[in-house]
Amino acid sequence: MSSNARPVGSVEFAVPPMPEYLQFVRAIVGATAALDDRLQPGRVADVRLVVSEAATNAIRAQAAIQVTTPILVRCDLTGDRIVVEVADHGPGFDPSAVPALPEVETPERLRHESGLGVSLMRQLADSAELESGSDGTVVKLTFVVADA
Amino acid sequence: MQLDVQRYARDTCVVLAVLGELDLAGAPRLRQSVVSETATGIRHLVLDLTAVDFIDSTGLGVVVGALRRLRAHDAELSVVCPEQRIRRVFEMCDLDRVFTLHATVDDAVSARESV
Repeated sequence: MSSNARPVGSVEFAVPPMPEYLQFVRAIVGATAALDDRLQPGRVADVRLVVSEAATNAIRAQAAIQVTTPILVRCDLTGDRIVVEVADHGPGFDPSAVPALPEVETPERLRHESGLGVSLMRQLADSAELESGSDGTVVKLTFVVADA
Repeated sequence: MQLDVQRYARDTCVVLAVLGELDLAGAPRLRQSVVSETATGIRHLVLDLTAVDFIDSTGLGVVVGALRRLRAHDAELSVVCPEQRIRRVFEMCDLDRVFTLHATVDDAVSARESV
């Protein structure tokens, strides 16, 4: 696709809050992001990783309170950015209160097998917004797409 | 691709070769394999991630957990990870400071033997 015909549009879908659907979520969102050929393959991999992290957190959040409502996933191509949203119906959390992990070289760090997802989202996306309340969490991850 | 774990012995080590995508869906399969090996009194486990197509923080958590379990049994863990796209996820989480990421199983085995 030439740079004069940038894809603009949205893909929205719902998946059961089950780990078996993560691969599907990554595939659909990754393929949608890749429609914009200005996005380098490494950045497409980043999109796949952050949506996996967001959807994993969503599945865990709903499992914690045994809510089986589908998780909503949306990927918008706006022409100058790719915006990925994941919305769950979990119990919510305070994003500013996510505790920092112990230093990586300390023995205490090995007791933490989770907790890196939000950090990865913030590292990899150009912006990562988390809105959370008692009725669920919406994660909005934005990737800026620029002409070479 | 659903996660698969293939086990084989190599010199004095046991190698778990992981194939597929290491995420929340695949993590229990690998975690159970590590727990089973730890229970046998193994001294050195090699996790071969050469055929892993995707890893996220949940997958990294299983590797961190494997190290903790093995150390608790005075055993060692080596990680084989030649693919840059997988190494990068370790690096972003600073876990390349915890694990030496070997290019091949041979490297992992010989590095341990030379200690």
